[in-house]
Amino acid sequence: MIAPLRALTRPQGGIAGLWLILVIVAALFAAVLTPYAYDIQNLPNAYQPASAQHWLGTDEFGRDLLTRLMYGARTSLSVSATAISISVLCGMVLGAAAAWFGGWLDRIVTMTVDLTWSFPEILIALILVAIIGPGTTGVMIAIAVAYLAQFTRLTRAQIMTLKGETFIEAARSLGAGDAHILFRHLLPNALAPVLVSAMLATGDAIILEATLGFFGLGAQPPVPSWGGMMSAGSALVFKAPWVIIFPGLAVAITVVAINLYGDALIAELDIRARLRRDA
Amino acid sequence: MTALLDLQSVSVSIGKVALLDGISLSVARGQILGLVGESGSGKSLTAMAAMGLLPLFGGRVTQGSVRFDGQDMAAMTEAERRKLRGRRIGFVTQNPMTALDPVQRIGEQVDVVSRLHLGLDRKAARERTLDLLTQLRIPEAAAVAEAWPHQLSGGMKQRIVIAMALAGEPDLIIADEPTTALDVTVQAQIIQILGNLVREKGVALMLITHDMGVVAQVCDRVAVLYAGRLAEEGAVAPIFAAPAHPYTSALIGCIPQEAMAKGALRGIPGAVPSALAFPAGCRFHPRCDRASDLCRKTVPTTGPRGDGRVACHHPGALA
Repeated sequence: MIAPLRALTRPQGGIAGLWLILVIVAALFAAVLTPYAYDIQNLPNAYQPASAQHWLGTDEFGRDLLTRLMYGARTSLSVSATAISISVLCGMVLGAAAAWFGGWLDRIVTMTVDLTWSFPEILIALILVAIIGPGTTGVMIAIAVAYLAQFTRLTRAQIMTLKGETFIEAARSLGAGDAHILFRHLLPNALAPVLVSAMLATGDAIILEATLGFFGLGAQPPVPSWGGMMSAGSALVFKAPWVIIFPGLAVAITVVAINLYGDALIAELDIRARLRRDA
Repeated sequence: MTALLDLQSVSVSIGKVALLDGISLSVARGQILGLVGESGSGKSLTAMAAMGLLPLFGGRVTQGSVRFDGQDMAAMTEAERRKLRGRRIGFVTQNPMTALDPVQRIGEQVDVVSRLHLGLDRKAARERTLDLLTQLRIPEAAAVAEAWPHQLSGGMKQRIVIAMALAGEPDLIIADEPTTALDVTVQAQIIQILGNLVREKGVALMLITHDMGVVAQVCDRVAVLYAGRLAEEGAVAPIFAAPAHPYTSALIGCIPQEAMAKGALRGIPGAVPSALAFPAGCRFHPRCDRASDLCRKTVPTTGPRGDGRVACHHPGALA
Protein backbone atom coordinates (compact mmCIF):
# COMPACT_ATOMS: atom_id res chain seq x y z
CA MET A 1 0.00 0.00 0.00
CA ILE A 2 1.27 3.48 -0.73
CA ALA A 3 2.03 5.95 2.03
CA PRO A 4 -0.93 8.35 1.57
CA LEU A 5 -3.34 5.43 2.01
CA ARG A 6 -1.41 3.96 4.94
CA ALA A 7 -1.56 7.34 6.66
CA LEU A 8 -5.34 6.89 6.76
CA THR A 9 -4.94 3.81 8.96
CA ARG A 10 -3.47 5.91 11.76
CA PRO A 11 -6.16 7.22 14.16
CA GLN A 12 -5.43 10.94 13.65
CA GLY A 13 -4.63 10.51 10.01
CA GLY A 14 -7.87 8.61 9.53
CA ILE A 15 -10.16 11.22 11.10
CA ALA A 16 -8.33 14.06 9.39
CA GLY A 17 -8.32 12.20 6.10
CA LEU A 18 -12.07 11.53 6.32
CA TRP A 19 -12.77 15.23 6.82
CA LEU A 20 -10.58 16.12 3.85
CA ILE A 21 -12.29 13.52 1.66
CA LEU A 22 -15.67 14.89 2.80
CA VAL A 23 -14.69 18.44 1.88
CA ILE A 24 -13.28 17.36 -1.48
CA VAL A 25 -16.40 15.32 -2.31
CA ALA A 26 -18.60 18.25 -1.27
CA ALA A 27 -16.58 20.59 -3.46
CA LEU A 28 -16.62 18.28 -6.48
CA PHE A 29 -20.28 17.27 -6.34
CA ALA A 30 -21.78 20.48 -4.89
CA ALA A 31 -24.12 20.79 -7.88
CA VAL A 32 -25.65 17.36 -7.20
CA LEU A 33 -25.60 17.44 -3.42
CA THR A 34 -27.62 20.57 -2.92
CA PRO A 35 -30.94 21.71 -4.44
CA TYR A 36 -30.00 25.40 -4.15
CA ALA A 37 -27.90 27.60 -6.39
CA TYR A 38 -25.06 29.55 -4.81
CA ASP A 39 -25.84 32.83 -6.54
CA ILE A 40 -29.67 33.21 -6.75
CA GLN A 41 -30.78 35.82 -4.24
CA ASN A 42 -33.96 35.27 -2.23
CA LEU A 43 -34.24 38.41 -0.14
CA PRO A 44 -37.39 37.51 1.89
CA ASN A 45 -35.49 34.45 3.06
CA ALA A 46 -32.49 36.40 4.45
CA TYR A 47 -30.97 35.85 7.93
CA GLN A 48 -32.68 32.47 8.51
CA PRO A 49 -31.06 30.47 11.31
CA ALA A 50 -30.37 26.75 10.84
CA SER A 51 -33.50 24.80 9.90
CA ALA A 52 -34.54 21.62 8.08
CA GLN A 53 -34.63 23.52 4.75
CA HIS A 54 -31.38 25.42 5.31
CA TRP A 55 -29.11 23.22 7.49
CA LEU A 56 -26.70 26.04 8.23
CA GLY A 57 -29.13 28.93 7.75
CA THR A 58 -29.07 31.64 5.07
CA ASP A 59 -27.00 34.77 4.50
CA GLU A 60 -27.92 38.42 4.00
CA PHE A 61 -29.24 37.72 0.49
CA GLY A 62 -31.23 34.66 1.57
CA ARG A 63 -28.81 32.19 -0.07
CA ASP A 64 -28.32 28.76 1.51
CA LEU A 65 -25.12 28.89 3.57
CA LEU A 66 -24.26 25.20 3.24
CA THR A 67 -24.53 25.46 -0.55
CA ARG A 68 -22.22 28.44 -0.55
CA LEU A 69 -19.80 26.65 1.80
CA MET A 70 -19.63 23.71 -0.61
CA TYR A 71 -19.01 25.94 -3.62
CA GLY A 72 -16.61 27.96 -1.47
CA ALA A 73 -14.62 24.79 -0.78
CA ARG A 74 -14.17 24.53 -4.55
CA THR A 75 -12.53 27.94 -4.68
CA SER A 76 -10.47 27.55 -1.51
CA LEU A 77 -9.16 24.07 -2.21
CA SER A 78 -8.50 24.49 -5.91
CA VAL A 79 -6.79 27.86 -5.52
CA SER A 80 -4.54 26.71 -2.63
CA ALA A 81 -3.74 23.32 -4.13
CA THR A 82 -2.95 24.75 -7.55
CA ALA A 83 -0.89 27.55 -6.06
CA ILE A 84 1.14 25.14 -3.92
CA SER A 85 1.64 22.77 -6.88
CA ILE A 86 3.00 25.61 -8.98
CA SER A 87 5.13 26.70 -6.06
CA VAL A 88 6.55 23.19 -5.47
CA LEU A 89 7.26 22.66 -9.15
CA CYS A 90 9.03 25.99 -9.63
CA GLY A 91 10.73 25.71 -6.24
CA MET A 92 12.15 22.29 -7.04
CA VAL A 93 13.40 23.38 -10.45
CA LEU A 94 15.00 26.53 -9.02
CA GLY A 95 16.45 24.79 -5.95
CA ALA A 96 17.79 21.86 -7.95
CA ALA A 97 19.31 24.14 -10.58
CA ALA A 98 20.93 26.30 -7.90
CA ALA A 99 22.39 23.33 -6.06
CA TRP A 100 23.43 21.48 -9.23
CA PHE A 101 25.05 24.27 -11.21
CA GLY A 102 26.27 26.33 -8.23
CA GLY A 103 28.29 29.46 -8.99
CA TRP A 104 26.55 32.70 -9.89
CA LEU A 105 23.18 31.00 -10.52
CA ASP A 106 23.22 29.63 -6.97
CA ARG A 107 24.16 33.02 -5.54
CA ILE A 108 21.40 34.85 -7.41
CA VAL A 109 18.71 32.30 -6.54
CA THR A 110 19.76 32.12 -2.89
CA MET A 111 19.91 35.86 -2.58
CA THR A 112 16.51 36.46 -4.16
CA VAL A 113 14.92 33.72 -2.12
CA ASP A 114 16.42 35.00 1.13
CA LEU A 115 15.18 38.45 0.26
CA THR A 116 11.58 37.31 -0.28
CA TRP A 117 11.81 35.30 2.92
CA SER A 118 12.48 38.38 4.97
CA PHE A 119 8.88 39.53 4.32
CA PRO A 120 5.84 37.79 5.78
CA GLU A 121 4.01 35.70 3.17
CA ILE A 122 0.82 37.77 3.55
CA LEU A 123 2.71 40.93 2.68
CA ILE A 124 4.22 39.44 -0.47
CA ALA A 125 0.83 38.06 -1.46
CA LEU A 126 -0.88 41.43 -0.86
CA ILE A 127 1.70 43.30 -2.92
CA LEU A 128 1.38 40.82 -5.77
CA VAL A 129 -2.43 40.86 -5.77
CA ALA A 130 -2.29 44.64 -5.76
CA ILE A 131 -0.11 44.48 -8.88
CA ILE A 132 -1.94 41.68 -10.71
CA GLY A 133 -5.43 42.70 -9.62
CA PRO A 134 -7.98 40.82 -7.52
CA GLY A 135 -9.49 37.50 -8.62
CA THR A 136 -8.66 33.81 -8.37
CA THR A 137 -5.77 33.89 -10.87
CA GLY A 138 -4.09 36.74 -9.05
CA VAL A 139 -4.49 35.03 -5.69
CA MET A 140 -3.13 31.78 -7.10
CA ILE A 141 0.00 33.45 -8.44
CA ALA A 142 0.43 35.46 -5.26
CA ILE A 143 0.27 32.36 -3.04
CA ALA A 144 2.60 30.43 -5.36
CA VAL A 145 5.23 33.15 -5.18
CA ALA A 146 4.79 33.64 -1.44
CA TYR A 147 5.70 29.98 -0.78
CA LEU A 148 8.32 29.67 -3.52
CA ALA A 149 11.19 30.52 -1.18
CA GLN A 150 10.39 27.67 1.18
CA PHE A 151 10.48 24.95 -1.49
CA THR A 152 13.48 26.40 -3.27
CA ARG A 153 15.52 26.44 -0.08
CA LEU A 154 14.40 22.99 0.98
CA THR A 155 15.19 21.41 -2.40
CA ARG A 156 18.51 23.19 -2.64
CA ALA A 157 19.56 22.05 0.85
CA GLN A 158 18.52 18.46 0.12
CA ILE A 159 20.39 18.31 -3.15
CA MET A 160 23.50 19.91 -1.70
CA THR A 161 23.68 17.17 0.95
CA LEU A 162 22.88 14.39 -1.51
CA LYS A 163 25.47 15.55 -4.05
CA GLY A 164 28.29 14.41 -1.80
CA GLU A 165 26.86 10.96 -1.15
CA THR A 166 28.82 7.91 -2.25
CA PHE A 167 25.95 6.61 -4.37
CA ILE A 168 26.19 9.66 -6.58
CA GLU A 169 29.92 9.03 -7.04
CA ALA A 170 29.11 5.37 -7.68
CA ALA A 171 26.49 6.25 -10.30
CA ARG A 172 28.92 8.57 -12.02
CA SER A 173 31.73 6.03 -12.01
CA LEU A 174 29.36 3.57 -13.68
CA GLY A 175 28.73 5.95 -16.54
CA ALA A 176 25.60 7.83 -15.46
CA GLY A 177 25.17 11.28 -17.01
CA ASP A 178 24.04 14.53 -15.40
CA ALA A 179 20.38 14.09 -16.32
CA HIS A 180 20.26 10.54 -15.00
CA ILE A 181 21.84 11.54 -11.69
CA LEU A 182 19.60 14.58 -11.29
CA PHE A 183 16.29 12.95 -12.21
CA ARG A 184 16.83 9.38 -11.06
CA HIS A 185 18.87 9.90 -7.90
CA LEU A 186 18.86 13.46 -6.59
CA LEU A 187 15.26 14.54 -7.11
CA PRO A 188 13.61 11.29 -5.92
CA ASN A 189 15.71 11.44 -2.76
CA ALA A 190 14.76 15.06 -2.20
CA LEU A 191 11.09 14.50 -2.97
CA ALA A 192 9.69 13.08 0.29
CA PRO A 193 10.57 16.04 2.55
CA VAL A 194 9.41 18.51 -0.12
CA LEU A 195 6.06 16.75 -0.52
CA VAL A 196 5.43 16.68 3.22
CA SER A 197 6.34 20.33 3.46
CA ALA A 198 4.01 21.03 0.51
CA MET A 199 1.19 19.21 2.29
CA LEU A 200 1.64 21.36 5.39
CA ALA A 201 2.00 24.52 3.29
CA THR A 202 -1.36 23.77 1.64
CA GLY A 203 -2.94 24.32 5.07
CA ASP A 204 -1.24 27.69 5.37
CA ALA A 205 -2.22 28.50 1.80
CA ILE A 206 -5.90 27.94 2.62
CA ILE A 207 -5.60 30.46 5.43
CA LEU A 208 -3.77 32.87 3.14
CA GLU A 209 -6.44 32.42 0.47
CA ALA A 210 -9.17 33.06 3.07
CA THR A 211 -7.32 36.13 4.30
CA LEU A 212 -7.03 37.58 0.81
CA GLY A 213 -10.70 36.68 0.27
CA PHE A 214 -11.59 38.45 3.52
CA PHE A 215 -9.91 41.58 2.17
CA GLY A 216 -12.06 41.22 -0.94
CA LEU A 217 -9.07 40.36 -3.15
CA GLY A 218 -10.00 36.76 -3.91
CA ALA A 219 -12.88 35.30 -5.90
CA GLN A 220 -15.25 38.13 -6.79
CA PRO A 221 -18.97 37.97 -5.84
CA PRO A 222 -21.20 36.19 -6.44
CA VAL A 223 -18.66 33.31 -6.61
CA PRO A 224 -18.28 32.22 -2.98
CA SER A 225 -14.99 31.70 -1.18
CA TRP A 226 -14.61 30.98 2.50
CA GLY A 227 -12.71 34.21 3.12
CA GLY A 228 -15.25 36.26 1.19
CA MET A 229 -18.14 34.70 3.11
CA MET A 230 -16.48 35.54 6.42
CA SER A 231 -15.95 39.06 5.19
CA ALA A 232 -19.68 39.44 4.49
CA GLY A 233 -20.50 37.81 7.84
CA SER A 234 -18.26 40.17 9.82
CA ALA A 235 -20.85 42.92 9.43
CA LEU A 236 -23.55 40.57 10.78
CA VAL A 237 -21.75 39.09 13.80
CA PHE A 238 -24.57 40.06 16.16
CA LYS A 239 -27.48 39.81 13.76
CA ALA A 240 -26.67 36.47 12.10
CA PRO A 241 -23.50 35.04 13.68
CA TRP A 242 -23.74 31.79 11.67
CA VAL A 243 -22.80 33.62 8.48
CA ILE A 244 -19.25 34.16 9.79
CA ILE A 245 -18.99 31.17 12.16
CA PHE A 246 -19.52 28.33 9.66
CA PRO A 247 -17.01 29.43 7.01
CA GLY A 248 -14.58 30.14 9.86
CA LEU A 249 -15.08 26.65 11.23
CA ALA A 250 -14.65 25.18 7.76
CA VAL A 251 -11.29 26.95 7.36
CA ALA A 252 -10.13 25.99 10.86
CA ILE A 253 -11.13 22.35 10.72
CA THR A 254 -9.74 21.88 7.21
CA VAL A 255 -6.39 23.39 8.15
CA VAL A 256 -6.13 21.30 11.32
CA ALA A 257 -7.08 18.21 9.31
CA ILE A 258 -4.38 18.90 6.72
CA ASN A 259 -1.80 19.27 9.46
CA LEU A 260 -2.85 16.08 11.27
CA TYR A 261 -2.92 14.15 8.00
CA GLY A 262 0.48 15.63 7.12
CA ASP A 263 1.89 14.36 10.43
CA ALA A 264 0.54 10.88 9.74
CA LEU A 265 2.04 11.03 6.26
CA ILE A 266 5.46 12.02 7.62
CA ALA A 267 5.39 9.03 9.94
CA GLU A 268 4.42 6.73 7.09
CA LEU A 269 7.05 8.08 4.70
CA ASP A 270 9.80 7.39 7.21
CA ILE A 271 10.51 3.86 6.07
CA ARG A 272 12.74 2.98 8.99
CA ALA A 273 10.21 4.17 11.57
CA ARG A 274 7.54 2.09 9.84
CA LEU A 275 9.65 -1.04 9.94
CA ARG A 276 10.16 -0.57 13.66
CA ARG A 277 6.41 -0.26 14.15
CA ASP A 278 5.64 -3.30 12.02
CA ALA A 279 8.31 -5.43 13.69
CA MET B 1 51.17 -9.30 -21.61
CA THR B 2 49.90 -5.99 -22.97
CA ALA B 3 48.60 -3.60 -20.41
CA LEU B 4 44.87 -2.81 -20.38
CA LEU B 5 45.30 0.21 -18.17
CA ASP B 6 48.57 2.05 -18.43
CA LEU B 7 49.54 5.12 -16.43
CA GLN B 8 52.76 6.77 -17.58
CA SER B 9 54.33 9.18 -15.07
CA VAL B 10 50.97 10.73 -14.20
CA SER B 11 50.94 13.86 -12.06
CA VAL B 12 47.70 15.21 -10.67
CA SER B 13 46.86 18.54 -9.08
CA ILE B 14 43.75 19.84 -7.42
CA GLY B 15 43.83 23.59 -7.65
CA LYS B 16 47.46 24.54 -7.04
CA VAL B 17 48.21 21.57 -4.80
CA ALA B 18 50.22 18.81 -6.50
CA LEU B 19 48.95 15.51 -5.14
CA LEU B 20 50.35 12.81 -7.40
CA ASP B 21 53.86 13.03 -8.78
CA GLY B 22 54.91 10.86 -11.69
CA ILE B 23 52.93 7.70 -10.98
CA SER B 24 53.51 4.90 -13.50
CA LEU B 25 51.68 1.62 -13.28
CA SER B 26 49.81 -0.81 -15.45
CA VAL B 27 47.31 -3.65 -15.18
CA ALA B 28 46.83 -6.43 -17.74
CA ARG B 29 43.86 -8.73 -18.31
CA GLY B 30 43.71 -11.61 -15.87
CA GLN B 31 45.96 -9.73 -13.50
CA ILE B 32 45.37 -8.32 -10.04
CA LEU B 33 47.30 -5.23 -9.11
CA GLY B 34 47.29 -4.23 -5.48
CA LEU B 35 47.57 -0.49 -4.91
CA VAL B 36 48.75 0.03 -1.36
CA GLY B 37 49.50 2.95 0.87
CA GLU B 38 48.27 4.74 3.96
CA SER B 39 45.30 7.09 3.89
CA GLY B 40 46.23 10.20 1.98
CA SER B 41 48.92 8.56 -0.13
CA GLY B 42 46.93 9.07 -3.34
CA LYS B 43 45.38 5.66 -3.96
CA SER B 44 41.82 6.82 -4.60
CA LEU B 45 43.07 9.76 -6.62
CA THR B 46 44.98 7.35 -8.87
CA ALA B 47 41.71 5.45 -9.40
CA MET B 48 39.86 8.67 -10.23
CA ALA B 49 42.60 9.59 -12.71
CA ALA B 50 42.28 6.17 -14.32
CA MET B 51 38.56 6.73 -14.88
CA GLY B 52 38.88 10.34 -15.96
CA LEU B 53 36.73 11.46 -13.02
CA LEU B 54 39.20 14.02 -11.68
CA PRO B 55 37.30 17.10 -12.94
CA LEU B 56 34.53 16.18 -10.47
CA PHE B 57 36.85 17.14 -7.64
CA GLY B 58 38.35 20.04 -9.53
CA GLY B 59 41.46 17.99 -10.25
CA ARG B 60 43.40 17.53 -13.48
CA VAL B 61 46.23 15.50 -14.91
CA THR B 62 49.11 17.94 -15.25
CA GLN B 63 51.63 15.53 -16.73
CA GLY B 64 51.90 12.06 -18.19
CA SER B 65 49.23 9.99 -19.85
CA VAL B 66 46.47 7.59 -18.86
CA ARG B 67 45.86 4.97 -21.53
CA PHE B 68 43.02 2.51 -21.48
CA ASP B 69 43.28 -0.28 -24.03
CA GLY B 70 45.73 1.82 -26.00
CA GLN B 71 43.54 4.95 -26.12
CA ASP B 72 44.62 8.15 -24.45
CA MET B 73 41.91 9.14 -21.95
CA ALA B 74 42.89 12.81 -22.15
CA ALA B 75 42.24 12.84 -25.90
CA MET B 76 38.69 11.52 -25.48
CA THR B 77 35.61 13.66 -25.08
CA GLU B 78 33.69 13.45 -21.81
CA ALA B 79 30.92 11.55 -23.63
CA GLU B 80 33.42 8.93 -24.79
CA ARG B 81 34.85 8.59 -21.31
CA ARG B 82 31.35 8.22 -19.91
CA LYS B 83 30.78 5.30 -22.28
CA LEU B 84 33.91 3.63 -20.90
CA ARG B 85 32.78 3.99 -17.31
CA GLY B 86 30.53 1.16 -16.30
CA ARG B 87 30.84 -0.50 -19.72
CA ARG B 88 34.57 -1.21 -19.84
CA ILE B 89 35.73 0.01 -16.45
CA GLY B 90 33.71 -1.12 -13.44
CA PHE B 91 34.14 0.74 -10.18
CA VAL B 92 33.51 -0.62 -6.70
CA THR B 93 33.23 2.25 -4.26
CA GLN B 94 34.81 2.61 -0.88
CA ASN B 95 31.82 2.58 1.42
CA PRO B 96 29.10 0.04 0.65
CA MET B 97 26.83 1.46 3.34
CA THR B 98 26.22 4.65 1.37
CA ALA B 99 27.00 3.46 -2.16
CA LEU B 100 23.39 2.52 -2.94
CA ASP B 101 20.55 4.96 -3.54
CA PRO B 102 18.25 4.63 -0.50
CA VAL B 103 15.04 5.27 -2.46
CA GLN B 104 15.51 2.71 -5.23
CA ARG B 105 15.05 -1.02 -4.97
CA ILE B 106 18.24 -3.08 -5.27
CA GLY B 107 17.19 -4.72 -8.53
CA GLU B 108 16.50 -1.44 -10.33
CA GLN B 109 19.89 -0.08 -9.37
CA VAL B 110 21.68 -3.06 -10.86
CA ASP B 111 19.33 -3.30 -13.87
CA VAL B 112 19.99 0.24 -14.97
CA VAL B 113 23.68 -0.45 -15.58
CA SER B 114 23.10 -3.26 -18.08
CA ARG B 115 20.20 -1.39 -19.63
CA LEU B 116 22.40 1.63 -20.19
CA HIS B 117 25.55 -0.13 -21.31
CA LEU B 118 24.40 -3.37 -22.91
CA GLY B 119 21.11 -2.00 -24.25
CA LEU B 120 19.09 -4.77 -22.62
CA ASP B 121 15.33 -4.37 -22.13
CA ARG B 122 13.77 -4.46 -18.67
CA LYS B 123 13.21 -8.19 -18.63
CA ALA B 124 16.62 -9.19 -19.94
CA ALA B 125 18.31 -6.73 -17.58
CA ARG B 126 16.50 -8.23 -14.59
CA GLU B 127 17.47 -11.74 -15.65
CA ARG B 128 21.07 -10.63 -15.91
CA THR B 129 20.84 -8.98 -12.49
CA LEU B 130 19.49 -12.12 -10.85
CA ASP B 131 22.18 -14.12 -12.61
CA LEU B 132 24.90 -11.80 -11.27
CA LEU B 133 23.52 -11.87 -7.75
CA THR B 134 23.49 -15.65 -7.81
CA GLN B 135 27.07 -15.69 -9.07
CA LEU B 136 28.04 -13.47 -6.15
CA ARG B 137 26.47 -16.07 -3.87
CA ILE B 138 23.57 -13.96 -2.72
CA PRO B 139 20.86 -16.26 -1.39
CA GLU B 140 17.31 -15.69 -2.68
CA ALA B 141 18.44 -13.29 -5.38
CA ALA B 142 14.85 -12.56 -6.49
CA ALA B 143 13.85 -11.42 -3.00
CA VAL B 144 17.00 -9.33 -2.60
CA ALA B 145 16.34 -7.60 -5.93
CA GLU B 146 12.98 -6.43 -4.56
CA ALA B 147 14.51 -5.24 -1.27
CA TRP B 148 15.53 -1.72 -0.29
CA PRO B 149 19.17 -0.94 0.52
CA HIS B 150 18.54 -0.38 4.23
CA GLN B 151 17.23 -3.92 4.58
CA LEU B 152 20.60 -5.46 3.65
CA SER B 153 23.74 -6.05 5.68
CA GLY B 154 27.06 -4.42 4.84
CA GLY B 155 28.52 -7.52 3.22
CA MET B 156 25.39 -7.97 1.15
CA LYS B 157 25.46 -4.33 0.04
CA GLN B 158 29.09 -4.65 -0.98
CA ARG B 159 28.18 -7.62 -3.15
CA ILE B 160 25.42 -5.55 -4.76
CA VAL B 161 27.93 -2.79 -5.44
CA ILE B 162 30.21 -5.39 -7.03
CA ALA B 163 27.25 -6.68 -9.07
CA MET B 164 26.65 -3.12 -10.32
CA ALA B 165 30.31 -2.86 -11.32
CA LEU B 166 30.06 -6.19 -13.15
CA ALA B 167 26.73 -5.52 -14.86
CA GLY B 168 28.28 -3.75 -17.85
CA GLU B 169 30.68 -6.67 -18.45
CA PRO B 170 33.76 -4.52 -17.86
CA ASP B 171 37.31 -5.47 -18.84
CA LEU B 172 38.78 -3.67 -15.87
CA ILE B 173 37.46 -3.44 -12.35
CA ILE B 174 38.77 -0.84 -9.97
CA ALA B 175 37.88 -1.68 -6.39
CA ASP B 176 38.54 1.14 -3.92
CA GLU B 177 39.03 -0.43 -0.50
CA PRO B 178 36.09 -2.78 -1.05
CA THR B 179 36.44 -4.43 2.33
CA THR B 180 37.41 -1.59 4.64
CA ALA B 181 33.94 -1.09 6.13
CA LEU B 182 33.21 -4.79 6.57
CA ASP B 183 33.65 -7.51 9.19
CA VAL B 184 36.81 -9.61 8.88
CA THR B 185 34.81 -12.73 8.02
CA VAL B 186 32.95 -10.94 5.23
CA GLN B 187 36.18 -9.29 4.03
CA ALA B 188 37.68 -12.67 3.20
CA GLN B 189 34.55 -13.64 1.21
CA ILE B 190 34.51 -10.44 -0.81
CA ILE B 191 38.22 -10.68 -1.61
CA GLN B 192 37.72 -14.27 -2.67
CA ILE B 193 34.78 -13.33 -4.91
CA LEU B 194 36.83 -10.60 -6.60
CA GLY B 195 39.80 -12.95 -7.03
CA ASN B 196 37.63 -15.63 -8.63
CA LEU B 197 36.17 -13.11 -11.08
CA VAL B 198 39.61 -12.31 -12.40
CA ARG B 199 40.49 -15.99 -12.80
CA GLU B 200 37.17 -16.99 -14.38
CA LYS B 201 36.40 -14.02 -16.62
CA GLY B 202 39.92 -12.86 -17.33
CA VAL B 203 39.19 -9.26 -16.32
CA ALA B 204 41.84 -6.98 -14.94
CA LEU B 205 41.50 -5.88 -11.33
CA MET B 206 43.03 -2.91 -9.59
CA LEU B 207 42.54 -3.53 -5.90
CA ILE B 208 43.07 -0.48 -3.73
CA THR B 209 43.71 -1.37 -0.13
CA HIS B 210 45.85 -0.52 2.84
CA ASP B 211 45.97 -4.11 3.97
CA MET B 212 49.21 -5.82 2.96
CA GLY B 213 47.72 -9.11 4.16
CA VAL B 214 45.05 -8.91 1.43
CA VAL B 215 47.71 -8.09 -1.16
CA ALA B 216 49.79 -11.12 -0.19
CA GLN B 217 46.68 -13.31 -0.49
CA VAL B 218 45.26 -12.39 -3.88
CA CYS B 219 47.40 -9.96 -5.87
CA ASP B 220 49.85 -10.74 -8.69
CA ARG B 221 51.60 -7.42 -8.56
CA VAL B 222 51.71 -4.66 -6.03
CA ALA B 223 52.33 -0.93 -6.30
CA VAL B 224 53.17 0.91 -3.10
CA LEU B 225 52.31 4.59 -3.00
CA TYR B 226 53.67 7.04 -0.49
CA ALA B 227 52.72 10.71 -0.33
CA GLY B 228 51.74 10.87 -4.00
CA ARG B 229 54.80 9.07 -5.32
CA LEU B 230 55.40 5.48 -6.29
CA ALA B 231 57.71 3.88 -3.72
CA GLU B 232 57.97 0.40 -5.13
CA GLU B 233 56.27 -1.74 -7.74
CA GLY B 234 56.71 -5.37 -8.73
CA ALA B 235 55.51 -8.95 -8.50
CA VAL B 236 54.08 -9.84 -5.10
CA ALA B 237 56.30 -12.79 -4.15
CA PRO B 238 59.74 -11.17 -4.50
CA ILE B 239 58.56 -7.99 -2.82
CA PHE B 240 57.20 -9.82 0.19
CA ALA B 241 60.35 -11.98 0.34
CA ALA B 242 62.65 -8.97 0.24
CA PRO B 243 61.07 -5.52 0.14
CA ALA B 244 63.47 -2.97 -1.30
CA HIS B 245 61.80 0.20 -0.04
CA PRO B 246 61.83 0.75 3.71
CA TYR B 247 58.18 1.86 3.51
CA THR B 248 57.18 -1.43 1.89
CA SER B 249 58.98 -3.39 4.56
CA ALA B 250 57.33 -1.25 7.24
CA LEU B 251 53.89 -1.97 5.71
CA ILE B 252 54.66 -5.69 5.62
CA GLY B 253 55.75 -5.40 9.26
CA CYS B 254 52.21 -4.27 10.06
CA ILE B 255 50.66 -7.64 9.11
CA PRO B 256 49.91 -9.57 12.30
CA GLN B 257 51.41 -13.06 12.33
CA GLU B 258 50.75 -16.06 14.47
CA ALA B 259 54.35 -16.67 15.50
CA MET B 260 54.88 -13.07 16.59
CA ALA B 261 55.98 -12.40 20.14
CA LYS B 262 53.57 -10.21 22.15
CA GLY B 263 54.16 -6.58 21.31
CA ALA B 264 56.14 -7.39 18.17
CA LEU B 265 53.45 -6.03 15.84
CA ARG B 266 54.91 -2.79 14.56
CA GLY B 267 53.26 0.36 13.38
CA ILE B 268 54.96 3.04 11.34
CA PRO B 269 55.86 6.04 13.50
CA GLY B 270 54.69 9.43 12.31
CA ALA B 271 52.05 10.18 9.72
CA VAL B 272 51.76 10.76 5.97
CA PRO B 273 52.81 14.37 5.37
CA SER B 274 50.20 16.84 4.15
CA ALA B 275 50.24 17.58 0.44
CA LEU B 276 50.66 21.25 1.35
CA ALA B 277 54.00 20.56 3.02
CA PHE B 278 55.76 17.57 1.50
CA PRO B 279 59.32 17.25 2.84
CA ALA B 280 62.20 17.90 0.43
CA GLY B 281 64.17 15.00 -1.01
CA CYS B 282 62.63 11.58 -0.41
CA ARG B 283 59.17 12.18 1.06
CA PHE B 284 59.52 9.21 3.40
CA HIS B 285 62.77 10.36 5.02
CA PRO B 286 61.29 11.81 8.25
CA ARG B 287 59.86 8.38 9.10
CA CYS B 288 62.68 6.27 7.67
CA ASP B 289 65.43 4.59 9.71
CA ARG B 290 67.76 4.38 6.70
CA ALA B 291 67.52 8.11 5.98
CA SER B 292 70.81 9.84 5.14
CA ASP B 293 71.71 13.39 4.07
CA LEU B 294 71.23 12.30 0.48
CA CYS B 295 67.61 11.34 1.23
CA ARG B 296 66.94 14.69 2.86
CA LYS B 297 68.15 16.63 -0.20
CA THR B 298 67.69 14.62 -3.35
CA VAL B 299 64.55 13.03 -4.74
CA PRO B 300 65.35 9.36 -5.42
CA THR B 301 64.93 8.30 -9.05
CA THR B 302 62.89 5.24 -9.88
CA GLY B 303 65.19 2.42 -10.89
CA PRO B 304 64.61 -1.18 -11.96
CA ARG B 305 64.81 -3.95 -9.42
CA GLY B 306 64.07 -7.53 -10.37
CA ASP B 307 61.06 -7.27 -12.66
CA GLY B 308 59.80 -4.24 -10.80
CA ARG B 309 60.90 -0.74 -9.86
CA VAL B 310 61.87 1.05 -6.69
CA ALA B 311 62.49 4.67 -5.78
CA CYS B 312 64.97 4.64 -2.89
CA HIS B 313 68.55 5.76 -2.29
CA HIS B 314 69.21 2.81 -0.01
CA PRO B 315 67.14 -0.12 -1.31
CA GLY B 316 67.26 -3.45 0.48
CA ALA B 317 69.06 -6.36 -1.23
CA LEU B 318 67.22 -8.86 -3.43
CA ALA B 319 66.43 -12.17 -1.78
